[in-house]
Amino acid sequence: MRKKVDADGTPAAVRARGVRVERGGRPVVDGLDLTVPARQVVGLLGPSGSGKTTLMRAVVGVQAHVTGDLQVLGRPAGSPDLRRRLGYMTQSASVYVDLTVAENLRYAAAIQGAGRDDVARVLDEVDLTGHARQLVSTLSGGERSRVSLAMALLGAPDLLVLDEPTVGLDPVLRRSLWDLFARLRDAGRSLLVSSHVMDEASRCDRLVLMRDGAVLAEGTLGELLVRTGATDAEGAFLALVDAAQAAGAA
Amino acid sequence: MSAAWMLATTQRVLAQLRHDHRTVALVLLLPCLLLGLVAWMFDGTDVLDRFGPVLVGFFPLLVMFLVTSVATLRERTTGTLERLMTMPIGKADVVLGYALAFAVLATGQALVVVGFATWVCGMDVAGPVGLMVVVAVLNAVLGSALGLAGSALARTEFQAVQLMPAVILPQVVTCGLLMPRDQMPEVLEWVSRGLPLTYAVDAMQHIAAGSGWADVRGAVGAMALFVVGALALGVATLRRRTP
Repeated sequence: MRKKVDADGTPAAVRARGVRVERGGRPVVDGLDLTVPARQVVGLLGPSGSGKTTLMRAVVGVQAHVTGDLQVLGRPAGSPDLRRRLGYMTQSASVYVDLTVAENLRYAAAIQGAGRDDVARVLDEVDLTGHARQLVSTLSGGERSRVSLAMALLGAPDLLVLDEPTVGLDPVLRRSLWDLFARLRDAGRSLLVSSHVMDEASRCDRLVLMRDGAVLAEGTLGELLVRTGATDAEGAFLALVDAAQAAGAA
Repeated sequence: MSAAWMLATTQRVLAQLRHDHRTVALVLLLPCLLLGLVAWMFDGTDVLDRFGPVLVGFFPLLVMFLVTSVATLRERTTGTLERLMTMPIGKADVVLGYALAFAVLATGQALVVVGFATWVCGMDVAGPVGLMVVVAVLNAVLGSALGLAGSALARTEFQAVQLMPAVILPQVVTCGLLMPRDQMPEVLEWVSRGLPLTYAVDAMQHIAAGSGWADVRGAVGAMALFVVGALALGVATLRRRTP
């Protein structure tokens, strides 16, 4: 039996045991085991279709047909009291394009019970202060996704679930967002961040590699490299897939 | 449920409308155009006096149903509803917030179309004009509520636009406008009693004929019940978890 809590008694941010999710009568996540320790940046890496988004939706409690044991911040996923403690950013920017940036944030702030100064803070964190009065429909794709990220940062969520937050961003901005994630972790938050870009692995405290709805491997990048003898995350991923297929064929 | 969350939603929907001048213009002016055409066509007869109030009641139901079902479908497809459902806001706050925002828009629509009908087209309402506005607003809220509930059935835009004829047109056929209800086949007359537009048309016809509150309160009460029922259906069909 693996431990449910950290040494100091904090429950893991996410703990999944035998989680299965069916979509359209087909299991897209099947028998998934996973631990996201508290106060870490955990990267959820895997190709498109590996079940990352479905897993994240299950964690934030909007995915139907989830079975198995899925605990979030020590509570069953989807518990109403978790909704105040989560920040979720969907893969496509879920923002109102016919509102300004500030209007979007003020609505989310009203629901999260966050104040106006919090709106200013998150705008600054995603570097959109200069765009506050602009309609979202006039923003670029990358800017829209930053508005979406800013909405997830409102309040002080204990767990941030971010679905591909850096996709399509220029490298400078990507670096500044990963710096922001590290600062949030240092402030005591837990982060589950998905990406299909393997080179973002080095910015995560811990990695979860997913393929075909299951966890291929989890651990620090260093551990995975030692285990596979690879030199980077992509190499480790390929080595693990090959090993799994060899085991399956045998 | 929380009044703050509901009002935040209302404010947000109204802000969206504020940025969409064309939609607001269409909502406010289109009924006037259509009513103007009727007035012009039947100039010199009492058709406008008899049927004008019914049209004034019908527009908000139709328009608000369409606008709400498209708006809600947009929330579902763009992921904004999914994000809302991860937040503390209640389902009822979302539905009632929407209904309230569209009630505000509908009140504007009703006032403009009633003003246009009476002052520009010379519609002569025998009953109280204020009551006519109230019925029109109730119709609008009903339209929003049905739109919210109906959009749960629609997965695509194609389906959403076809919900309007599916939900509204059968009511137009049986509401007593095409044929007095007491002349209908008995089964259809019973069906008409279960549909909200029947009561809206009944109330408006009474107001047009000069009846006051005492004569229409039954119909208005029935409409209010339909509004409550449709809102409850809208809340019930909203799902936090989706496949």
